[in-house]
Amino acid sequence: MADVAIPRAKPSMSEGGAWTQLKHNRNWLGFWFMVPAMAFLIFFLAYPLGLGIWLSFTDTRIGRVGHFVGTENYEWLWDDSIFWLSVFNTLLYTFVASALKFAIGLYLALLLNENMPFKAMLRAMVLIPFIVPTVLSALAFWWIFDSQFSIISWSLKHLGVINQNINFLGDTTWARICVIFANIWRGVPFVAITLLAGLQTVSPSLYEAATLDGATRWQNFRYITYPLLTPIIAVVMTFSVLFTFTDFQLIWAMTRGGPVNATHLMATLSYQRAIIAGQLGEGAAISSAMIPFLLAAIMVSWFGLQRRKWQQGENND
Amino acid sequence: MTDLPASKVDLKSVLSASARVDNSEGMSYLQSVPRRLVTLYLPLTIIVVVLLFPFYWMALTSVKPDDQLLDLDRFNPFWTWNPTFKHFHKLLFESYYPYWLWNTMYVAICATILSIVASVFAAYAIVRLRYKGANLVGGLIFLAYLVPPSILFIPLATVVFQYGLFDSPLALILTYPTILIPFSTWLLMGYFKTIPFELEECALIDGASRWQILIKIVLPLAIPGLISAFIFCFTLCWNEFIYALTFLQSTSNKTVPVAIVNEFVDGDIYRWGSLMAGALAGSLPLVILYAFFVEHYVSAMTGAVKE
Repeated sequence: MADVAIPRAKPSMSEGGAWTQLKHNRNWLGFWFMVPAMAFLIFFLAYPLGLGIWLSFTDTRIGRVGHFVGTENYEWLWDDSIFWLSVFNTLLYTFVASALKFAIGLYLALLLNENMPFKAMLRAMVLIPFIVPTVLSALAFWWIFDSQFSIISWSLKHLGVINQNINFLGDTTWARICVIFANIWRGVPFVAITLLAGLQTVSPSLYEAATLDGATRWQNFRYITYPLLTPIIAVVMTFSVLFTFTDFQLIWAMTRGGPVNATHLMATLSYQRAIIAGQLGEGAAISSAMIPFLLAAIMVSWFGLQRRKWQQGENND
Repeated sequence: MTDLPASKVDLKSVLSASARVDNSEGMSYLQSVPRRLVTLYLPLTIIVVVLLFPFYWMALTSVKPDDQLLDLDRFNPFWTWNPTFKHFHKLLFESYYPYWLWNTMYVAICATILSIVASVFAAYAIVRLRYKGANLVGGLIFLAYLVPPSILFIPLATVVFQYGLFDSPLALILTYPTILIPFSTWLLMGYFKTIPFELEECALIDGASRWQILIKIVLPLAIPGLISAFIFCFTLCWNEFIYALTFLQSTSNKTVPVAIVNEFVDGDIYRWGSLMAGALAGSLPLVILYAFFVEHYVSAMTGAVKE
């Protein structure tokens, strides 16, 4: 009986065999689906990341193959006061800008969460600084902070606050303040809009209940808004710190590291040493020196992400 | 990391007031009008004015005649009664600006399409094929998102040089996806997760292959996510600076941000008009795109953070 019934089915089964099985194998299929993305990330991200660390141990220059020199580049940097100045600048820039971005961004998010007319339009307008290419808005700031024709100096002079123009980008302290201001200006919309998205998940009934119990506005914020917002704050601030720390374009468009290296960040210094001066090895050492800081930021992000699990209970999927 | 809460935030409500009117009306009667003026409208106005002033200044400078730009005593600097398009004319007909605009757009569109295609496959495989190690790969892709271009541009420059891509748009088209793929993969993973699994099961029973399921079922349902990923990637490409600065050399090959910083910044005291005109013309395409897709922008931005 088997001989009668099976012959028609047999060819398709033997044809199926290994190939059909392979075609339906998740791992095999998954591998091919991952190929395009992984190819990009391995060739242009993972490989350069390793290569960068290798370069930092060589004396490679533009147009010349380097030789392994051990930790010479790092020893050289250790005694380089400009490098340490750039580390200090980067930490100052990151710390001040991130703290203020967080404070202003959170405040703006709370304001935008209120009920008012033209709400949607206001929110859309707030995000514009984030959309416009950083370099182009940095140029606008460059013009606003011009030493002779600055509109700020002009306004302050006409208000009688100052007598002569402020040399915004020519004075070390002012230059630092200006680039930090421009960075905050660019970063606040991102922080505000993402925190706003978080705020909207907080149920209004919590505030109603707390208000009935006699909670003040501050208590509402401190004991309801802030705890519920912590997970998203952790993530947003990690991104913010990461991108502030590795900032390049804003500085390059506004000051190029000047005056007297007062605004040189590690990224701009590595560009200057590696591409302009041609010392690829030394530049790579400066950018590799950023990696420990980035790892620290990633750790913070990781623990921030872990934390939201218990906070949102079974909401995981 | 894939088992994080997939943010059940109603993203649309972030921008549309109507979605939340019923809720937030709730307690605002507790505040008097003067109090709202001081605690809400005043600070909000100040912040919005500060945020938008540079654009006003950019636009105003780009249409002011040169003599008014530099003479702050005879003319009110905050307004001009005789706008000129001289600076834009110079930009369009006496510089490489049209080329730069074209380069930027060409690079941005090619890199975006490449990354979206790669991300669609990767995200689908991670979320739905669930091959062995999918979660680990998802986590690695998230880590790749955290690797900034500032530490990659030096080794990438040597790689680009080795492959003979230096000073060619292809260098940017191939390197930009490293910034875009991690971002859009995470965004699309979030969207794919929201598509009911049952739909795919039905299709599997009816004999559809994985490829057919992806093209005919998953992608049409994920169109809002694709649009979000597309325009956000496009914006990131347009905004990218350090790779373009490092990998391109000849004037006519540059992208708008790099070209304006390098080519327009000379010692000329009358440069400001054309500089600001160039900055404005380089920002407008993005702002217009943004105006049409505000909600997609916001969902892309918040989605990537919350996944």
